[in-house]
Formats: sequence, structure tokens, C-alpha cells
Amino acid sequence: MTDLILFGVFPYVAVALAVAVGSYRYVIDRYSWSSHSSQFLESRLLFWGSVPWHYAILLILLAHLLAVLFPSGWGVLLGRPVRLYFLEVSGLALGLCTVIAIVLLMARRLTDARLAAVTTKIDWLVLGLLLLQVATGVYIAFTLRWGGVWYVHTATPWLRSLLTFQPEVQYLAVLPTVVKVHAFNAFLLVALLPFSRLVHALSVPLGYLARPYQVVIWYRGKTSL
Amino acid sequence: MNIRAQIASVFHLDKCIGCHTCSIACKNLWTDRQGAEYMWWNNVETKPGTGYPTKWEDQEQYQGGWERDANDLQLRIGGRGGVLGKIFHNPKLPTMDDYYEPFTFKYGDLTSAPAGNDQPTARPISMVSGKPMKIEAGPNWDDDLSGSKVYAANDPGVVQLSSEEQAQMFAIEKMVMFHLPRICNHCLNAGCVAGCPSGAIYKRGEDGIVLINQDQCRGWRMCVSACPYKKTYYGWNTGKSEKCILCFPRQEAGDAPACFHSCVGRIRYLGVLLYDADRIKDVALREDHELAAAQRAIILDPHDSQVVAAARQSGVAEQVIKAAQRSPVYKFVKEWGIALPLHPEFRTLPMLFYVPPLLPVLSQPNQGTQKLAEDFFTSLEQARLPVQYLAGLFAGGNAEEVKSVYRKLIAVRLQRRQVSVGDLAETEAAKARDVAGVSAAQVEAIYRMTALTRIKERIVVPPMLREQAVEAGMDPEAYKQGMGFGSRRPPKRRW
Repeated sequence: MTDLILFGVFPYVAVALAVAVGSYRYVIDRYSWSSHSSQFLESRLLFWGSVPWHYAILLILLAHLLAVLFPSGWGVLLGRPVRLYFLEVSGLALGLCTVIAIVLLMARRLTDARLAAVTTKIDWLVLGLLLLQVATGVYIAFTLRWGGVWYVHTATPWLRSLLTFQPEVQYLAVLPTVVKVHAFNAFLLVALLPFSRLVHALSVPLGYLARPYQVVIWYRGKTSL
Repeated sequence: MNIRAQIASVFHLDKCIGCHTCSIACKNLWTDRQGAEYMWWNNVETKPGTGYPTKWEDQEQYQGGWERDANDLQLRIGGRGGVLGKIFHNPKLPTMDDYYEPFTFKYGDLTSAPAGNDQPTARPISMVSGKPMKIEAGPNWDDDLSGSKVYAANDPGVVQLSSEEQAQMFAIEKMVMFHLPRICNHCLNAGCVAGCPSGAIYKRGEDGIVLINQDQCRGWRMCVSACPYKKTYYGWNTGKSEKCILCFPRQEAGDAPACFHSCVGRIRYLGVLLYDADRIKDVALREDHELAAAQRAIILDPHDSQVVAAARQSGVAEQVIKAAQRSPVYKFVKEWGIALPLHPEFRTLPMLFYVPPLLPVLSQPNQGTQKLAEDFFTSLEQARLPVQYLAGLFAGGNAEEVKSVYRKLIAVRLQRRQVSVGDLAETEAAKARDVAGVSAAQVEAIYRMTALTRIKERIVVPPMLREQAVEAGMDPEAYKQGMGFGSRRPPKRRW
């Protein structure tokens, strides 16, 4: 029953919250939509935290996503031991990267008086949950080897069942507690996304690559250069 | 031809007394709130000096503005991919320490301290963290320190000079300085607009004012880096960038911007320029020393009937063309050619022009009294500041541009001396005019505009056509608080 609530119901609640509150915030209070960068107040430590954190977490998320979207292709990709070793080692390295980076980012906010002024409770909550997420991830990678393979047979069918609105929580129910924590916490972060500065992840400015350098806006009509 | 109107300005540096009234007017109106204490949309710097933020002119350090890249323009911080690549950490972003940490004092301690043997003191505390702090910089920290080895000697413009020129600038008893008021230049080829990943910064088509859409800004802070003048500022508690808005709400009501209106020395002139937007890129690609002249060349004569017809064709409103014909800025920049852009070599085509300072008369000791130097600063050779220093500031290193301005200013000075004091022969004034290439009537016009005009002649705000604004279609009752500035909530972090 607990498993059903945590892995069969809560994911929908989380996504619904993210969509509903996210839309509300975007429409009603778009002014609040920002990365809230603190680089202006502290730049040196941010470099060693923010850069490894973002690149490593993006690659790790990409791997999680690919294994859900293309499980058969993923299986073929890991069919050779060499490639499996490579993924296992690089995944572990990236995971360690994120742990060190997030600890550094937290230490930075703890020790700098200026940063304390721009750090809110929800920031700490998000940082704490992110630390929990990457720490359990690395722990799983260490203790439950070959996650790249068993993920495809456990998490992938579970997530796909969620997508088809026929949640099959038994895939997760049999897994060790630490994996359950990792899975639940992931959706907890989704639920928190619209309430925090995490919304900046939804504003990836890829349009910048295509737009003309100069932007000219007229009262009416003419919007081109 | 694609003719557009631009609200442009001229600051007459010979008239600036460095009183900072402009800065205070702006601060009281726009940046007197948490997170904006350190921002000075208008600031006045002492030159030579390192400025605000420290050494902002040094683009080796800050990588602001544009550079030419194989006959194309690219932001110095990088191409589009390079900008996005720096989004997690921008190595060239100035931090608060490059400006200063805003502070106040614990005044309450003066009255609430327990009785003791020492005088109670008001300790300085940070306006960011609220903790006690050591004050190491502040607004105008290098004010008037033109002989300083720490500030003036490290002016990026001074460092480039030859050692003779540096010796000339820092010679004892001949030391010299002038004030440089700075606001956003509302550039034609703005770096901040080009650098914004969110596309939140835009130029208003009708008047050329550059604004940041606060709802669209995501705090990627690339505008701060990309602006070579460092005139966009990151609001550390709102997570949004802000900049000078040229007081557009005041202008829409027909008033002068606050810094213009409050200027004690009446150094500020504002008016419309018509320019050819199709040629912006051509100009920005010129050689450094050609930039000032090339920028002047795309400004068009609003009295020329062909220009007027083309402007109408491009959709410039009739009232705006009329305002352009009365523009004092056009007179200074084009007709008389005595106002130059600040650092045209940044290639943003700034629309704020400066009349370079002629600087005061030098006196010499004379048997126990002081007497004016023989040549009371009437020739270029006697310039108090090396012309090359001013050329580095206002002409991309082209000394001829600055000399041309100075010859005209000297002609004005001589002719007025001849008229009002009468100790000069008319031939001398005529000779100076010939050298400068100005007529006696032009000299009188320059003198009049410089010394005698009232505010309506100095500041010609065009009708801002609010009736065409999108907001005009809104119900003023329903949107009462939201009308005008666009922001409907206090600038505080809420999520």
C-alpha cells in the first residue's frame, strides 16, 4: 500500500503540482522566474561548484532519460562489456562530481555572510534534497553494480507504466530501500520545482543560438530589426 | 534607407563641476531600495581615474563590447555558443567587490550603548549581510584623486600613454582632472541586447531607449559582461538585471530625465537624432580611428527634404521629425562637430556624446603673486591633458578628431574674449576661426547653446506617442497600478 502511494500516486501528484503551480507562477508572477544567480556576491567558489555540478548532472539526467525512452537501444549499447565498464565508470565519476560539487555549493552558502542574505529556506530544502539524491545515486552505483543494465528492467518499466497511466509499482517494490528513496526523492524534487529557483532549469535559453543579436520592439506591429 | 529616431544626449564636460546632483536625483528616483544600493545608473567619475566599477574601461579584464572577427562582429565574451557555455559561471562577470559593498552605520549604538569609559561609536555594517564590515570602497571612492598612484595612475587610458605624456599629466603643480558623468549610452549596436540569452533586453523602435523586460530576464547576467560601459547592473536580491531607463516615464509626460533636469551646471542636452539603421553594422566594422567619424556619418540631416521623406516612409512620426529638427544634439554632433562618443572602439555605437573639456587656465608664480600663464590655454600645444589621452577616451585613439573639436572650442573662446573683454584683435579671433573651419555665426551659436539657453532649448523631448502604446488599449481603471512601468509587484524575492 505504501509502495502504491509513494510510487503509483505521488508521481502524478508531483507532476500535477509542477505543471499547475509552474503555469500559475509563469503567468501570474513571471517576474519571480529567475536563476537567482549569486555569482555577483561570490564568484570563486561558485566556479568549482556550479560548473561541475551542472555539466555532470545534465549528463547523468540524460543517461536516465535515454534508458527510459530507448530501453532496447540502451540494452544494445551496453551489450559489450567494454561499453558497460565505460558507462559504469563514467557514471560513477560524474556522480562523485555532483556530490563534491553540491557539498561545495552548500559550504559556500554556509560560510559566506553575503550569501546568507540571499539564501532562503526553500533554497536549503532544495540543496538538501539534491544532496540526498546524488548521494543515494552514488551509493547505489557503488553497492548495486551494473545499474546501467538493471535500470532498464526495473525503473524503465515503472516509469513507462506511469506514462501510460497504469502504474506498476511492483517493479520498484522489490528493490532495496535506498533505490526507493532515490526514486521517491526524484519526484519530490519535481514537486518542489515550481516553488523554488529550480524553475530556471525550464528556461534553457536555446533560442539565443538562433535569434538576431539586436532586438527592436515597436508599440505596434513591426518587431523585426 | 531604414530611418529610425533615437533619443540621444550631449554632455558638455567643460561645464561639469562634479557635484553629483545627477547621481543623487537618479538614485532617489530609481535605485533607492534593497539590492540596488550599489547601482548608480548615473555616476560621475574623475578622470584620470579607475572609475566605477574599477577599471571598467579595461576590456582585457571584462571582455565587454564587440570585436571584429574575420569581417564580422562578435561579442568579446564569445559567440552565441560561447555565451551559453558561460551560463553556469561567467568568468568575466564583475563581482560586488569590483563596485563596492554598500554599507550603513549602527547609529542606534550611539544612544543605546551602556555607560562606559569609551565614547560609543557607530560601526559600519554591510547593507547586504547586515554584519560589521571594513569599508574598502564606496561610491566615488576615487573622487578628485587625480594625482593618486592607486587610482589615477591605474586609469586604463593613462597606462596606454607614453612616459612623457604620463609625466605631463602628473607633473607637480600642473596636475589636472575633469569629471566624466556617465549614464547608459542607449547604443545603436548595444552589447547588452546582443548578449542577453533570454532576449529580455530590447531597444524601443520609436525612440531607441534600451530597456530590460523584467518579466523575461532570467538572471543569466551576460548583459553585465557584454556591456563595455558596465551600465547594466545585476540586482542581487531580485535575480534580475537593471539599467538606466532614460526616465522614459518622465519623458512620456514631457519632462526631462531626472539627471538632465537636476543638472546644476546645465551640461546636459537631449534631443532626437535620425539615423540610417541599415548602416549600423558597416559602421561597427570600421577601423578604430574611423569609428567616431563613421558614427557621425549615419546621423542624417533632419532638414534635408529627402531625409524627411525617407523618415516618413520608414514610419517615423511627424512630431518626432519636428523634434529632430530642433534637436540640440544634432547641432553639437553634426552641425558643429564638437561632441564625440565615449570609447567608440567598443563598437556599440553609443548615443551619448561628450564635448571634451578644454580645462582651466594655468597660473604661474610671479615674484610672490600668481599670474596667468602667457598662453591662457588658447592653443593645442598648451593643452593641460595630453590630446592622446582624450583621443583614447573619445575617438578610438584618433587625435585629429579631438584636435578638430579643440580648434573650434578655442575659436569660441577667442571670439568671446574679443567681444566681451576686448583685449584681442578681431584678426586673432578670425584666424582661430579659419584654423577651426567655423564661421563667426556658428561660433556665436555654439556660445549661445553652451552658455545661455533655457531648459526647453537644451532638452527637446519629442512627443512620446503614448496614444500608440499597447497599454492605451487597456482599461485604465482595471490596470491603474500597472500602467506605465510594467511591473505590478514590489521588487522582492517571493519564491
